[in-house]
Amino acid sequence: MFTQIADRFTSIFNRFRGSGTLTEDNLKEGLREVRRALLEADVNVGVVKTFLDAVTAKAVGESVLKGVAPGQQVVQIVHDELIAVMGAADSAIPFAKAGPTVILMAGLQGSGKTTTCGKLARMLKEQGKRPLLVAADLQRPAAIDQLKILGGQIGVPVFHEPGLKAPELCARGVNHAQLDNRDVVILDTAGRLHVDDALMAEVADIHRRTTPHQTYLVIDAMTGQDAVHSAKAFNDRLSLDGVVVTKLDGDTRGGAIVSLRATIGKPIKFVGTGEKLDALQPFHPDRMARRILGMGDVLTFVEKAQAAVDETEAKKLEERIKKNKFDLQDFQDQLKAIQRMGSIKDLLGLIPGVGAKFSELNIDESVFRRYQAMIGSMTKYERSQPELIDMGRRRRIALGSGTSTNDVQALLKHFLTMKKMMGKMGDFQEMAARLPDNPHLTPEQLANPQAFMPNPNKLFARKDDQDALKKYRQERKRKKMLAKKNRR
Amino acid sequence: MFKALGRFFTKIKEGLTKTRKLIGGALRALIGLGRTIDQTFLDELEGTLLAADIGVAKTEEILTELKRRYKAGEVAKGEDLLAFLKQSLRAELQAPDQELAWAAKGTPTVVLVVGVNGAGKTTTIGKLAARYKQQGKSVLIAAGDTYRAAAIEQLGIWAQRAGVEIIKSQQGGDAAAVAFDAVAAAQARGHDLVIIDTAGRLHNKEHLMRELEKLRRVIQKRLPEAPHETLLILDATAGQNAVQQAKIFKDAMGVTGLVLTKLDGTAKGGAALTIRRELGLPVRFIGVGEQIDDLQPFDPDAFVNAIFGDE
Repeated sequence: MFTQIADRFTSIFNRFRGSGTLTEDNLKEGLREVRRALLEADVNVGVVKTFLDAVTAKAVGESVLKGVAPGQQVVQIVHDELIAVMGAADSAIPFAKAGPTVILMAGLQGSGKTTTCGKLARMLKEQGKRPLLVAADLQRPAAIDQLKILGGQIGVPVFHEPGLKAPELCARGVNHAQLDNRDVVILDTAGRLHVDDALMAEVADIHRRTTPHQTYLVIDAMTGQDAVHSAKAFNDRLSLDGVVVTKLDGDTRGGAIVSLRATIGKPIKFVGTGEKLDALQPFHPDRMARRILGMGDVLTFVEKAQAAVDETEAKKLEERIKKNKFDLQDFQDQLKAIQRMGSIKDLLGLIPGVGAKFSELNIDESVFRRYQAMIGSMTKYERSQPELIDMGRRRRIALGSGTSTNDVQALLKHFLTMKKMMGKMGDFQEMAARLPDNPHLTPEQLANPQAFMPNPNKLFARKDDQDALKKYRQERKRKKMLAKKNRR
Repeated sequence: MFKALGRFFTKIKEGLTKTRKLIGGALRALIGLGRTIDQTFLDELEGTLLAADIGVAKTEEILTELKRRYKAGEVAKGEDLLAFLKQSLRAELQAPDQELAWAAKGTPTVVLVVGVNGAGKTTTIGKLAARYKQQGKSVLIAAGDTYRAAAIEQLGIWAQRAGVEIIKSQQGGDAAAVAFDAVAAAQARGHDLVIIDTAGRLHNKEHLMRELEKLRRVIQKRLPEAPHETLLILDATAGQNAVQQAKIFKDAMGVTGLVLTKLDGTAKGGAALTIRRELGLPVRFIGVGEQIDDLQPFDPDAFVNAIFGDE
């Protein structure tokens, strides 16, 4: 039902691969799929058309490169063009030379303005600024309380005077900042639909009264086709300086970003990636292009892993593994860390080339829960000495965790196999060394992960392993010969 | 009564007018010229449908069917086309049953409200509470969003406006406990309807979805057949991700219906069509403004007519 664009891209790619040359026909067919991918990613239909025209112009004019499959070449052009449309990363805020820098935040209801104001204030404070928040959302009930609570959490003062209209309130806020020696003022305004003339006039009035140095549109990454209309309306009224895209921690493709850039041409300043106040990040057009095209996102994968695993914990764990002390308690900690990263299927989807292969694979994630329940039902002693878990203990653990003794047996078996594998951890470090230095992988690399991923056969190709294998093979051969002889 | 009815129609018309201006305008221009159906025409029509967030799959389906009918001679001119389009979209939406599935007499009806951040859950609950209070029901709302700053205060203001009681705890409190208390209180005090707010959460956050499942289990400890309705609040400006939202919330929470908010903008909420077709979830209400009475029962005929700019 919900076909992953990644799969589709892989299939286009494969179709192109055999053809050798880039003809009008295969270009057309490929671009039809690209078009579909972009539309499903919520890129505006008008923007898609312009975009594909640009891609076609580039692709047709270009000669087929030697050694590069035409499909790869087209993917490369699409990828580069997407990055070009989204513009270079620019998260610098030009501060005023004298007096406080005024930043006006505007947007539709529910796009995340208030939270973003809090995040921005926190970030600026960390950079050594003295920000002031102005609570000027007089429409939504308790919006002022919300900003005050956020301000309290990050230690940034919040200005509000009851009984004033929003433009007057904002003007006074800027005044107050000057008196209070604040160097940045962030104005949180009410959410408004771009077709609401009265409220649009109000925000234009705020803009006129406070002449902000920066005016940012806050927009939800999940926005659909309508993004172009609202962005244009806000830009017409406020001549925006940039955009903050929120809720990018969802699973939306985020095509609205392309629509925005193509329509108003203003830079994406920051992206919101979580509910916590530190979840505001610079925008990475290259990552976004891959996300929109469903090409996998190695960097996000790495970041997720980093977020889920505490570094000191990881070091400790490494030590334990080296000393062969890895026990069931460590295993449970690992399981929890993996679960913090999200669903396994989503994680696999982030790895290039993997999403397509495993989309049909049904991964039973309840296994993780069951494992955790079982380990939870073990005593400390049992967790550190899994070899000693006998039938009686197994029965008790099964009872305690609502599983069967077979399940407990399976867990123990899985654990012991894993522990054995971990003895070869050093080989994984070798694998890490083989990853390319430049974390910005090119589409060619992404399309062909085998090129830089380690050979699994090599991974376990230690000398003692090879010797053991040789011995085992010789033994098997000898036994076969013996059996043959006996039969005769 | 007539006045109220009049206001009702004005509201829904107002709310959908902008929608109509955009889609309707484009389609009227298409159809009005008495054009024959050719490739350019189909391209323009495709663009119009896609711009309504109807989605690639449904758009392709409509165009394929249109071509088939054209070849069969059933559709020749613009007027036939309009009828066909309306019919094919309306077929997706079916007439709704009753507004809510009410519990047996003497038992409070429990409505759980879920959705992603910023969809409009709290506002919708305020409007729902006011609506049923006006219909003479005794309504209790539960401030189950204990996560977002000032969410409890926000719902408190809505409770005041609607003139209904509210059960709440502190920010950072246990949402499931609030929900449980609300159901228990409704049973004890004989309320007809309990509406439970929840913190907004992105559907791809497993631990937050599990937290929501827990909230439901806790309610069921008090009232096994609850919740009688689980409404997913969807922002009409959302694109194709809305389908994914609906799918995951339905799987985790057994969502029974949708409320489409912010339909008073230029967004068309076309994703609701795909959700209806693929997941069978009906739209129950639409939100068309920030006022307490800006909530209307979903009327598929009005919705489709408004999309095509028909009075």
